[in-house]
Amino acid sequence: MTLPTFTAGEDLRGWLDRYDRLQLLRVLTCGNVDDGKSTLIGRLLHDTGRIYEDHLKALEADSRVHGTTGGGLDLALVVDGLKAEREQGITIDVAWRYFTTARRAFIIADCPGHEQYTRNMATGASHCQLAISLIDARSGVTTQTRRHATIAAMLGIRHVVAAVNKMDLVGWSEPRFREIEAEFQGFCARLGIEHAVALPVSALTGEGVVRRSGAMPWFSGPALLELLEGVELPGPGDADPFRMPVQVVLRPSLDFRGFAGQVTSGDVRVGDRVRIMPRGTEARVARIVRPDAFGGDLERAHAPQSVVLCLDREVDCSRGDVIACFGGASDMRVGRRIVADLVWMVDAPLVAGQSLLCRVGTRITPARVLRVIHRLKVDTLAHEAAESMALNDIGRVELECEEPVAFDPYRVSRGTGAIVLIDRLSNATAAAGMIRTGDPSERGAHWDDQALDTVSSPVSGVSAAERDARWSQRPCCILLHGPPNTGKTESAFALERALWDLGHDAVVLDGQGMRSGLSKDLGFESGDRSENLRRAAEVARLLMGQGRIVIMSFVAPQDDVRERARALLGPDRCIFVHASEGFDIARIVMELASRGLIGRRTSA
Amino acid sequence: MAHGLTHLEELEAEAIHILRETAASFERPVLMYSIGKDSTVLLELALKAFAPGRLPFPVLHIDTTWKFREMIAFRDATAARLGLDLRVHTNREGLAQGISPITHGSKVHTDVMKTVALRQALSAGRYDAAIGGARRDEEKSRAKERIFSFRDANHRWDPKGQRPEFWSLYNPRVHPGESMRVFPLSNWTELDVWLYIWKLGLPVVDLYLARERPVVERNGTLIMVDDDRLPLKPGERIERRRVRFRTLGCYPLSGAIESDADTLEKVIEEMLLARTSERQGRLIDHDQSGSMEEKKREGYF
Repeated sequence: MTLPTFTAGEDLRGWLDRYDRLQLLRVLTCGNVDDGKSTLIGRLLHDTGRIYEDHLKALEADSRVHGTTGGGLDLALVVDGLKAEREQGITIDVAWRYFTTARRAFIIADCPGHEQYTRNMATGASHCQLAISLIDARSGVTTQTRRHATIAAMLGIRHVVAAVNKMDLVGWSEPRFREIEAEFQGFCARLGIEHAVALPVSALTGEGVVRRSGAMPWFSGPALLELLEGVELPGPGDADPFRMPVQVVLRPSLDFRGFAGQVTSGDVRVGDRVRIMPRGTEARVARIVRPDAFGGDLERAHAPQSVVLCLDREVDCSRGDVIACFGGASDMRVGRRIVADLVWMVDAPLVAGQSLLCRVGTRITPARVLRVIHRLKVDTLAHEAAESMALNDIGRVELECEEPVAFDPYRVSRGTGAIVLIDRLSNATAAAGMIRTGDPSERGAHWDDQALDTVSSPVSGVSAAERDARWSQRPCCILLHGPPNTGKTESAFALERALWDLGHDAVVLDGQGMRSGLSKDLGFESGDRSENLRRAAEVARLLMGQGRIVIMSFVAPQDDVRERARALLGPDRCIFVHASEGFDIARIVMELASRGLIGRRTSA
Repeated sequence: MAHGLTHLEELEAEAIHILRETAASFERPVLMYSIGKDSTVLLELALKAFAPGRLPFPVLHIDTTWKFREMIAFRDATAARLGLDLRVHTNREGLAQGISPITHGSKVHTDVMKTVALRQALSAGRYDAAIGGARRDEEKSRAKERIFSFRDANHRWDPKGQRPEFWSLYNPRVHPGESMRVFPLSNWTELDVWLYIWKLGLPVVDLYLARERPVVERNGTLIMVDDDRLPLKPGERIERRRVRFRTLGCYPLSGAIESDADTLEKVIEEMLLARTSERQGRLIDHDQSGSMEEKKREGYF
């Protein structure tokens, strides 16, 4: 259950082979000051027999001086490594711990709790697959809990475990635990975290940590370690696009030119077509060299191997470029503009116009902050308008790089979708970021999304013929578009009135109205405008499915985006009018009538 | 086994990536070679990272003049076999002042002959990146070390002002005079190191294996009498015992353990059954509480 035990006389080769094949799980621990995070890790190491005798002896001595357990063994001191930490009784930096059980090898990143060390928490999150969030059973879910869950979700951690600690101090109370569990899972659901689990524990006594707790018979779930050993991790996806940022070009002789790098995503085989990004030059893989003691080439390389690729022709390729798979939907994006979610980590605020160095893959390029799109309010997950970002703020910005760069959205490929921003003067690491999209003028990101197979369009309880009989209308859409302050909204309501007076039933969808609710997460760059219109068009489609005439009033400046909307709604059911033509209500009504969209049908 | 790679293959891929980043991002990197098992693995990984090319940086050894003789012989043989650009530095002023672990104790000796010597060598070579074999599992303050760890112009480490390190997007930027310590083996454990050496059949200094060696027992620690510079205290006598070393350094500061492990397999078996850490035999770590952190702040590796 705990150690992969080795007994004297056992076959060492077999044992080591098993050890080497243990799956490695990287775990993050985070929580508030005094939630008992260090104690929990100390407990895991101690109860799995991972603390050596001499360390234990030093620990006993330290416990007498710095301990908070009245001279008893203070397990927190196992991990609070720096002098300042021991004196202050807090953890100020990420500490890395290593232990192995019979089922898994673990790397634990123990991360600081309080807000001023949020950056360190984010650091840990970038390296881990699972996060343990410590919650003090007495105080429940706090702002810090929400902050940590938010950062974990942003960085793409799919498994978040709430260790509800100090259950001994709340009398092992099930109602208290269930209350915290519900609040935690509710918040994680809003973040889109796939696997959010809560476990009751006491790091101090060890209940529920390595072994299931006798004190909490009402809890039928696993102990923490059981869960860590059993959690299922996704294997490498066959569909992951091949990416290898080039680190070094090796030219040991005139007849060898190899591109050295670590495969960050997907796989590649000898003979495969690849592109050198961002230029897009095409080549084929001639050799995959593994600089092994045993020598020999590979037929295939996959993430996360470090290899050397040789190409079949002379191409311009150097450090900073990415060798990527060829073609199709998996092409990398290339551009100078990047929209990214950032964690800002230095004292001086981030402001528009600021110049920084941006690292994407192996390329470091100067970049300018075009603007802050929004800042995230961690407690409510609301997006608030902002001009700047302060230390520990989380927000979305648009950057412009000095040269075109190749990248992917973070959710598609981390190795080429993550960025780090560096202060040009101090060289401090100022921000870490996850790329959302590229140039926001890149349109219609969701227009082509497919609905789930399981979804089918609802059928109305009232038939189209019945509605037609009552309202003398066929479902259709009139889009009034053009710049702000050209009377779109007033005209929309005037048209609604005119149709009403004629006995029809129309609904107005207005751009501002959309933004006050359904689209409040969107900004005003063209990508967001496109998405706003797409959502409006989808709402119009639902309303039209129930026989309504929909009048839309939107800025909708992009021709191609309007055409997407027209295609979605059906060209023969759409009338689009631009402000420059004037919004002539009578003429629009006549047009509707002449196209047979309103009025009595002459033939039934 | 994530991604179809074994645990060691994954660690190897990460270390090679770090070594290549160092070579590509710095003008004058240097690989610190201390002759021990970690250095052996580090050197092997560095050779792999640039194969079929040559190692693109020199290899530096800080010689306190108190290393085991076998270590020095092994170092020179390794350099010759692999065609390394080996540089050896000794603190000449310290030598002239007669600093030794015998007369000045481990703290002064380590400070002058290792930490100061290292700073001298790094400054003289104008190295902007020094690659070391330290691992995070060795000691508490090492557990908080970055993979790319910034040092100011005085080679000092500021544990509270470390740069956050995200993904494998290292920030290699330094101003002239400043430097980086780079630790490709950060995520390896002692077992991983031995396992790698064993799987690949890498040569290591014979001192790691149990042999009959001349030792004296001093304050409960077995010290090997490697040459005639170790004065015996009253009551001490040299005995031949079957011993080996878990870590190697200056011989008067390295405690031996009694052992019958005379092959690598047996060493690994013994370690798997052991109940004490490898650094226990290192006298310099135990000078004072937090002593490794103090040394690291001063520029020790």
